[in-house]
Amino acid sequence: MSTDVTGQGGTAAPEDAGHPQEQGRELVQLVTPAGERVSHPEFDYWVRDITDEQLCSLYEDMAVIRRIDVEATALQRQGELALWPPLLGQEAAQIGSARALRPDDFVFSSYRENGVAYCRGVNLTDIVRVWRGNASSGWDPYTINMATPQIIIGAQTLHATGYAMGIQNDGADSVAVTYFGDGATSEGDVNEAMVFAASFQVPVVFFCTNNHWAISEPVWLQSHIHLADRAAGFGIPSLRVDGNDVLAVMAATRVALDRARRGGGPTFIEAVSYRMGPHTTADDPTRYRDANELEDWAAKDPIARVAALLERRGLLSEGLQQQVKEKGDDVAREMRTGCTTMPDPEPLDVFRHVYSTPNSWLDRQQDHYARYLDSFGDPAGAVSEEGAR
Amino acid sequence: MIKEFRLPDLGEGLTESEILSWKVGVGDTVSLNQVIAEVETAKAVVELPSPFAGVIRELHEQPGTVVEVGKPIVSFEVADDAGQAPSGAGGTSARTEEAAGEVPAGPAAGPAAGTPQREPNLVGYGAVVESTGKPARRPRNLPSTGPAEGVAPVLVPAPTNEAVVEQAETVPLTSRPAGSPHVETAPDRPRSTPPVRKLAKDLGVDLSDVPGTGPQGLITREDVQHFVDGLSTGAAARPQAAASTGATARPGARETRTPIKGVRKLTASAMVQSAFTAPHATEFLTVDVTSAMELLAKLRDSREFAGIKLTPLTLAAKALLIALRRSPALNSRWDGETQEIVTFNYVNLGIAAATPRGLTVPNIKDADAMSLVQLAEALSALAETARAGKTPPADLSGGTISITNIGVFGIDAGTPILNPGEAAILALGAVRKMPWEYQGGIALRQVMTLSLSFDHRLVDGEQGSRFLADVGAVLADPGMVLTMV
Repeated sequence: MSTDVTGQGGTAAPEDAGHPQEQGRELVQLVTPAGERVSHPEFDYWVRDITDEQLCSLYEDMAVIRRIDVEATALQRQGELALWPPLLGQEAAQIGSARALRPDDFVFSSYRENGVAYCRGVNLTDIVRVWRGNASSGWDPYTINMATPQIIIGAQTLHATGYAMGIQNDGADSVAVTYFGDGATSEGDVNEAMVFAASFQVPVVFFCTNNHWAISEPVWLQSHIHLADRAAGFGIPSLRVDGNDVLAVMAATRVALDRARRGGGPTFIEAVSYRMGPHTTADDPTRYRDANELEDWAAKDPIARVAALLERRGLLSEGLQQQVKEKGDDVAREMRTGCTTMPDPEPLDVFRHVYSTPNSWLDRQQDHYARYLDSFGDPAGAVSEEGAR
Repeated sequence: MIKEFRLPDLGEGLTESEILSWKVGVGDTVSLNQVIAEVETAKAVVELPSPFAGVIRELHEQPGTVVEVGKPIVSFEVADDAGQAPSGAGGTSARTEEAAGEVPAGPAAGPAAGTPQREPNLVGYGAVVESTGKPARRPRNLPSTGPAEGVAPVLVPAPTNEAVVEQAETVPLTSRPAGSPHVETAPDRPRSTPPVRKLAKDLGVDLSDVPGTGPQGLITREDVQHFVDGLSTGAAARPQAAASTGATARPGARETRTPIKGVRKLTASAMVQSAFTAPHATEFLTVDVTSAMELLAKLRDSREFAGIKLTPLTLAAKALLIALRRSPALNSRWDGETQEIVTFNYVNLGIAAATPRGLTVPNIKDADAMSLVQLAEALSALAETARAGKTPPADLSGGTISITNIGVFGIDAGTPILNPGEAAILALGAVRKMPWEYQGGIALRQVMTLSLSFDHRLVDGEQGSRFLADVGAVLADPGMVLTMV
């Protein structure tokens, strides 16, 4: 392992040492965990336009989505959400990639990319709508060009590939970007999506956030090679990037987007990161993973890394920190209010959003269901009328 | 104002959690999201963040206690307008706070005092409502007025003889109006609606004892109420125990529900598609097949057919293939999409087979090009594979005409439904010894009925009839083949 490339402070993480998948392949890195900007002959070009101001903005976004995550986790513990999948530790992977996208690109994500949704401009209440159990879908995908999160592991890769085939047919230069985890690469859907994407050379980016754990299954148990190397089997070029380095992620995403826009077909990006929290709020990672591992990765924290870089450049002013904190608190408050004041769905809502146009068959069902609901009504006035039902 | 925090469902579908420790004490001031307790669920140890900013007034549960989801665990004293408008706006802020998760402080608070309310904004609080029994919408009081005599059948009081108790089992029968047709013809679950079933269950009434007055014997809410009223008014004439036997339990389930899936689902869909797409016409022909049976016996003894399974089906299949040459319309398909009739110049002969998984119709490819030996071998191989459930998917598609051998079940004739996409299907009846006209007299002959269904869009009565007559002619006198080939 080449430490100045991987930036792991001169020593390989002990839990990774014996696993072949941590060896060999270059890990693209532009900022070390200590916050030092290291030059890269190929990838510097792709972030050459990132100004100090933009760096601060990336920092802010990462801090805000962590704040969103903290608030949503608290809302779950307070009984306001049924479930929440925390993104703690994956902020750089989400912000670095999402900020590289154009508005006309289309995102197909898993359930953990709430930071990506934030970048796409989602209404904060809409993020938690599904997790509160108030709707089966949080938002209209076409308003922010991002599909609602896919719960089925890896299924969104097929949707993205299909969408990309549509882009190709339209002759457009937008790109479909799909996010999934390390566990998803073992799913049939993801493999099928990659077969189709390669066959038709469609403009899709497979963004795999390798957070090292598929719930309780470690990534090394799933693959004896780097996940990025799996793509070669499909004939898809791949990049392996430090997923906790927001600039490296952005550079890699831009490379992939550029290839797709030029008709160069799909790219697979493995963003090597770490899920620092539980799989979801219903999970307890201390039961299956070593506390030392978490500690090692905490030292590579993506937000601390940008903060250190800003500090080195003299940009991490108190004003900036205060501004970021206030922004985070505002966003958290907005989400909490939106969540706790969200009206409960009505029984008949189940018939909405099934078809975009009126459907007599569904109308009939709705009518029957409405009458069924009415039949629970008060007996005094309803017996004679409802009794026969 | 006092606000309670009830234990939420911290996992997915958990019903209880153990309080491990409190991180705060009574009198402590806490901020929103400050960790107040550590709780262990069946899935994880988690920290509980405070849902309110305020002062802890009471800790309802001690560490080490297992608490049901939905039980209050801590009470807060919060400012009346916490996080909202400046002080004084108690009336308006109360609504906002209620929506934000306020728990009514006393039993009289809330929109419907006395009725269990689902806490509208706390996910996982369903358990509370569940434990109190009935959904809030359900009527809790039933009108105890007498039945409207003109509307419902008058209940016949139970006989008042000494044997009443022994007759308890039969009481429900006697209470039915004699002329009510549904009583006799409803062996399955009584027809009713879920709300009425729920009502009956709550009242301990067996719906099979309740006469229904709705359309087609549907049991209505009124019927149940009348039945209950009848029981209570008739109580004087009957021991109380008899009333409870109104809900006579009968051994065994009254119905069995099997999910529609797999081959059953495919079969159903194919049958519906076929039956409601192709206009079926069916013709019957009863044939004296004695000669064919004699031929079969002769062939079985021949060296060429040694070890080969020969059955009436083999000969019928061959007869069909020969007859088809003169009536190619029977071997065709209606292509609605292209508005064309596709006539096949080959025959993929489907054979309906009962398999462990249900009905399948594997077909023998290019059966028309086969000799009788090959056909016999193909038929037995097909049957074996199908019975073992190992028919490859390719054998199940691309059929052009089918045979169904209902004779093996001892059946004579029926209306077979076309295999979708095919123009004809021939059902073979059982071969029976019957008194039959033979050479001007009556003899005991071997007779079989052929039933042919065809798609009347493609096949006219003339073509269908000629084809069926040809098949019959070959089976009646195998020598007739000489006139056809």
